[in-house]
Amino acid sequence: MSDTLERAGAAGVGASPRRPDGIPKVRGTFDYGSDLRIDGMLFGATVRSPHAAARIRGIEVAAALATPGVHAVLTADDVPGERRYGLEIADQPVLAWDVVRFAGEPVVVVAADHPETARVARDRVRVDYEELPPLTDMERALDDDAPQLHPTGNVVRHVHIEHGDPDADAEVWVEGVYETGMQDQAALGPEAGLAIPAEDGGVDLHVTTQWLHADRDQIAPCLGLPPERVRLHLAGVGGAFGSREDLHLHVHACMLALHTGRPVRIVYGRHESFLGHVHRHPARIWMRTGATRDGRLVNVRARLLVDGGAYASSSTAVIANASTFAAGPYELPNARIDGTAVYTNNPPCGAMRGFGAPQLCFAHEAQMDRLAAALEMDPIELRRRNVLGPGSVLPTGQVIRGSAPVAELIERAAGVAIPDDEPFGGRDPIELPGGAGNVGRGEGVRRGTGLAVGYKNLAYSEGFDDASAALVVLRAEDGVAVAEVRSAAAEVGQGLTTVLAQIVTTELGVDDVRVLAADTSVGSSGSSSASRQTMMSGGAVQDASARVREELLERVRVRHELPPTAVLTLEAGRVLLDGLPLVEIAGVLDEPITAESVYRHRRVTGFDARGQGDIHVAFAFAAARAVVEVDVDLGLVRVVQVAVAQDVGRAINPLGVTGQIEGGTAQGLGLALMEELRTDRGRLVNASFTDYLLPTILDMPPVVSVVVEEPEPGVPYGAKGAGEPSTVVAPAAIAAAVRAASGREIGRLPIRPDDLVGLTERRPWSAPPPNPDVPFQVPVPPRREPD
Amino acid sequence: MLVRLRVNGRERAADIWEGSSLLAFLRDELELPGSKNACEEGECGSCSVWLDGTLVCSCLVLAAQAQDRAVRTVEGLVGDGELHPVQQAFVDAGAVQCGFCTPGLVVAATDLLEQRPTPTDPEIREALAGNLCRCTGYQKVLEAVRLAASGGTGERA
Repeated sequence: MSDTLERAGAAGVGASPRRPDGIPKVRGTFDYGSDLRIDGMLFGATVRSPHAAARIRGIEVAAALATPGVHAVLTADDVPGERRYGLEIADQPVLAWDVVRFAGEPVVVVAADHPETARVARDRVRVDYEELPPLTDMERALDDDAPQLHPTGNVVRHVHIEHGDPDADAEVWVEGVYETGMQDQAALGPEAGLAIPAEDGGVDLHVTTQWLHADRDQIAPCLGLPPERVRLHLAGVGGAFGSREDLHLHVHACMLALHTGRPVRIVYGRHESFLGHVHRHPARIWMRTGATRDGRLVNVRARLLVDGGAYASSSTAVIANASTFAAGPYELPNARIDGTAVYTNNPPCGAMRGFGAPQLCFAHEAQMDRLAAALEMDPIELRRRNVLGPGSVLPTGQVIRGSAPVAELIERAAGVAIPDDEPFGGRDPIELPGGAGNVGRGEGVRRGTGLAVGYKNLAYSEGFDDASAALVVLRAEDGVAVAEVRSAAAEVGQGLTTVLAQIVTTELGVDDVRVLAADTSVGSSGSSSASRQTMMSGGAVQDASARVREELLERVRVRHELPPTAVLTLEAGRVLLDGLPLVEIAGVLDEPITAESVYRHRRVTGFDARGQGDIHVAFAFAAARAVVEVDVDLGLVRVVQVAVAQDVGRAINPLGVTGQIEGGTAQGLGLALMEELRTDRGRLVNASFTDYLLPTILDMPPVVSVVVEEPEPGVPYGAKGAGEPSTVVAPAAIAAAVRAASGREIGRLPIRPDDLVGLTERRPWSAPPPNPDVPFQVPVPPRREPD
Repeated sequence: MLVRLRVNGRERAADIWEGSSLLAFLRDELELPGSKNACEEGECGSCSVWLDGTLVCSCLVLAAQAQDRAVRTVEGLVGDGELHPVQQAFVDAGAVQCGFCTPGLVVAATDLLEQRPTPTDPEIREALAGNLCRCTGYQKVLEAVRLAASGGTGERA
């Protein structure tokens, strides 16, 4: 049976072939980063700051270095090249010197011949800190007398968007304040890497990442090496969700390997993983929404603040996204939106699935429900009246050019049958809100439903050229045509390699398609982020395949003396002439055929001074309808069902698409009800799977996926990315349902039991903080262009 | 210290650090990386193995505790080149994404089906409540276990 499965992948676009990595993964033989090993390797460990803010007065490494089995103890002074790196702004030290800006910041790295020896040595490093009062409140960061954490001040970026007449009055106004907590990606595979020093003085790094080339281009300057001597190889990735966009142990492992001349492996444990990657930005959002009495939106004024933590990471892009999505997927003539990302001494925040959109969806959808209540209108009807579609103008002035079946998504999500309201008597206690921990008998349980609509941009925005390269080789092996795909695109679990193979099968009629391991020996594929790889690397593979096909068909025409008008097609390993078999594809592959392609999305622009511009490449929309039960006495919630209608353009792999919708919904449910990294004076207090609660199979309700296919013009097969939209809308829908069931306001995610029984102290909301006087509107700090 | 035990039917031994967990012993000494290191604190189930037939988190067992005992890991489910019906069902149902939780889920699901060949949905949920998955939202995991229980036909037994 495995025999037939090994050949899986042999199906084209629109089918759901088994994923080729599925078999090694179920067998336990798939090589993840933490499984890598090589003879003679050393093991790295990292000394991290226990303080959120401190001055480093001295570092004593002698005792650590004297530990038998220890080969290296390195500090910032040992960084061979640039001492700072960053995705967008190079503001993050490889190893801290002088000051530490967050609890968990790396200060010293060690390498030893056994993991336990490395840990012992780590604990023998003495760092003399002078603690400083940490800046941990994002509003406080904007005060003039707040400590300034970076030479540029505490504002990472401020985005200002003015649309129409921002002072336009409306007949009905509603106002709300919203807050979301810090969520963790919690990919199950920990950060891991193996650095192997090379004979040319360079290094080969096998590492868990989302974008090999961006990593390389940050690592090489820190090592003082030219990029071509820093070769990255994708190690098996156990989930990503944004957490692997930033460097983690990359430079540390390479430094130790180059210093010792030995291979060095670093694998984080779970606690260190929480410290070692960025998180989802906590947000505070103030919003006023104005409408006519018959329910037409007139004006939205929003002020949003996100906590970027100690270093910039991708905060500049996250705040741009959050700001552009603030008003929701609605037609709106007027708006004033101000978004600010600030530095604090909290853990750094960056990319996580949804990238600024889930926080804002929670706010704009709460506002829509509030407005519906004020207008005494059905919330779905209010959305119908305002929903945007093709040709609509966004607050940035951007016109929606692609497909935007938003009205259909609402109808489809709202139309999913709601499960029967089961009586509580006789129910398995595990099916009560709170499960077996529910000490009631169901007498306090109330049901509610809620709906939310949202959207997410696809690919990188603001004029950034995140091109994807791919190489396709068609050759004969034992008389059978075999296609190989070479690409640096990161398979992180999402199923990209399956999608790429399907595309080749469709274009070349070849069943045996092998997607080779990703590394930096080929051109950049951009990041496995922003729901972009199906479109971008899919586009590159499609185009390269088409070129291979042209050459193949030309060979056939020449050898069979066919006129240029002959209708040739490729199917199941054969060339067909007018639909009839002519020759085996392998029969004309005496020489392999190779083609390379670089796919670029349409060019977009940055913001002008009023926040106007053609900012985003394309959009994917979703609507979610949640059904929940709330025990209003105990403050416990059970989600009964989530129906998600998602705009995917075209489902290249329907099984993969529903897998993305279901998984994205689970992460959205986590943000709504369970998941929050909490800090005390900037220190994470629940950085473990014991204390940071992830949804289990008992928490997850049935997810009903409604896949809406309206092809996006101008992109390969019309396919949009599918990874993020469900995560954007699920939290807002669940919050709405909880509001409906409990009658509580719910201004904060995740919703805590105290919020549902009236025990939470109201936050003394002040007026929104004033906008900072900074010039960061237009210039996005330059990002490195991919090669 | 020298630890001897029977792993997947074979006598194995290694001289290890006294503090080594069974998980580290399996992964680092015996080169059986199928048991995964996702949390190493007994919360995620990714390192699930059988110890004398009982399902345990191998990260919570000292290697020394397994002295002279029998351990069965995901690598020992079937012979080389074969797939266990539960493994096959996980592939067919699309229950594998990043796959880091998968070996643990396969072991836990197999344990369930060995005890209850035709479990109800609540029984499946209860049995797999100790296994975290961050990718799938569990729906296709549930479908995979139903599929395996029905003998691969997708029909409920």
